[in-house]
Amino acid sequence: MFSYCTDPSTLGGLTWLSCFLTTGVHLSFYMSFLKVLGLLAITAPVAMAFGFLGAMSARAGFAPLSWLGKGYIAVVRGVPDIAFFLFFVIALDQLFEYVRHRALCPEWEQPVRQGNDFIVCQAAKLPLGNSAAWVHETYSFGLAVITFAIVFGAFAANVLFGAMRAVPRAQLETGEAYGMSQRQTFWRILVPQMWVYALPGLSNLWMVLIKATPLLFLLGIEDIVYWARELGGTKTPQFTDYPHGDWRMWYFLALLIFYLLMTKVSETLLARLMGRLTRGQATAGGEAQRKAA
Amino acid sequence: MSCIETIQSYALRSLGFGERLLPRSDFTLCEQFTLIGSGMIWNVYFGVCALLTGFFFATALALAKASPRRVVRKPAEWFIFIFRGSPLFIQFFFAYFLFLSLKGVSPLFTHFTAAWLGALIVLFLNTAAYSAEIFYGALQSIPKGDTEAADAYGMSGWPRFRRIIWPTMLRLAWPAYTNEAIFLFHATTLVFFSGFPAWQQRGDALYYASYFADKTFNPFVPYPILAGYFILLTLVIIGLFGAVNQRLNRHLPSNTRPRLKFRMNLIR
Repeated sequence: MFSYCTDPSTLGGLTWLSCFLTTGVHLSFYMSFLKVLGLLAITAPVAMAFGFLGAMSARAGFAPLSWLGKGYIAVVRGVPDIAFFLFFVIALDQLFEYVRHRALCPEWEQPVRQGNDFIVCQAAKLPLGNSAAWVHETYSFGLAVITFAIVFGAFAANVLFGAMRAVPRAQLETGEAYGMSQRQTFWRILVPQMWVYALPGLSNLWMVLIKATPLLFLLGIEDIVYWARELGGTKTPQFTDYPHGDWRMWYFLALLIFYLLMTKVSETLLARLMGRLTRGQATAGGEAQRKAA
Repeated sequence: MSCIETIQSYALRSLGFGERLLPRSDFTLCEQFTLIGSGMIWNVYFGVCALLTGFFFATALALAKASPRRVVRKPAEWFIFIFRGSPLFIQFFFAYFLFLSLKGVSPLFTHFTAAWLGALIVLFLNTAAYSAEIFYGALQSIPKGDTEAADAYGMSGWPRFRRIIWPTMLRLAWPAYTNEAIFLFHATTLVFFSGFPAWQQRGDALYYASYFADKTFNPFVPYPILAGYFILLTLVIIGLFGAVNQRLNRHLPSNTRPRLKFRMNLIR
């Protein structure tokens, strides 16, 4: 990276460290932090959308739809979490490949499951065998995002379902008294008011989501855990210009601090958001704000 | 091999007894049930030991966090923040590599890199932090009248804590503590995926479940079996903690007793 880094063996102290921390592999390591943040940025809204749909269908008047919503919430929340992650990545992959297999290779006659193998025709493979490495990476990252969204969507659905029921009934009745239709009361009265009831649950969920991101490693993504293990391991002079002992402990300490910072920042921001949403609400918090002003 | 023979050779496989080699092909349902069940021994071991030891440390931490003295309060607050604010998965990794480095310094740490001790210590500290936060919340909501009554009886210090504060704290915290116990048992599945080696393939339930899923490339059998075992375990925990809850609230009229409300798991 820097001009003085041409011969690291002559360097010492901080200059050595500054060269060491800016090698190519370390830049990939820093990129993987972006991967984690990207996962959070994509998963949070998608999971919220899943949750909103789940909550909406759980309180629907049409019974089968309501069962579907409630079933989704109950099933995902009832299964141990990590098992769910490991299960879903394989299951989703096989589901996609099976659907493509049926669509693309109708002439195929052998069963898909043969003993211990899951065999689909070449054209149905996901991603295709001849595609570039980045396609493989994006595909597995996409699978991870869907898995996270399904699991956290169910948790979010549960929170939102509770929040929708917590909005005082009188508020909805007022809307109806003004001649609003069901749809109008839902969107204009219920949805704007439910957030203050949902926020404690959702912020808890956000914290849990942050802490679930290292599970990406289990899903076979080259994330921060993967790089910390790779980079921290003992390096001998034969393979690198920067030999060092087993430093994995320090790399994981860095990850630990990264997550603690994330938690601290989120806590502060969410407390501020809660203050903003409480303003003018008919809750104890809103009342306290009114008295203080 | 009949199912009885499979159980004989694999039921204690996770502890190192019985057949040495894991099944490699033609996996029967019986084998999957037996081995995953055998792995549950580790999950129960980690959960029970961490809960029993963590309970006492958590009580001390909660008292420290509620203390008016800064020197006592600040360390407890930091401890709780560190263990609740970072993923358990990373804590396992960090602890494993920390113990690995310490092993090089002193032979005292030889056993710490093995899961049975190293992972147990992490789980103990982790559950202590989470439970301490629950107990702290309960301490804050002890009715003022209870402590005033204690003062009126001339109780102070240890008797006041032992007879008034502690039982009330437990009573208020118990429903949340039950959930914490359930989360802890679920969290034990992370141990063998986070650095701690499964020596001679002696792993926990998820270790064997993922072994079968990898070998058969069929996740639809082992993971539901695992889920079934965990649902059973959860029911047992709820039963036990419910009994304790009843005992803690035995002085209350039966219609005002708080019921255990069961919330399902979240990753920590």
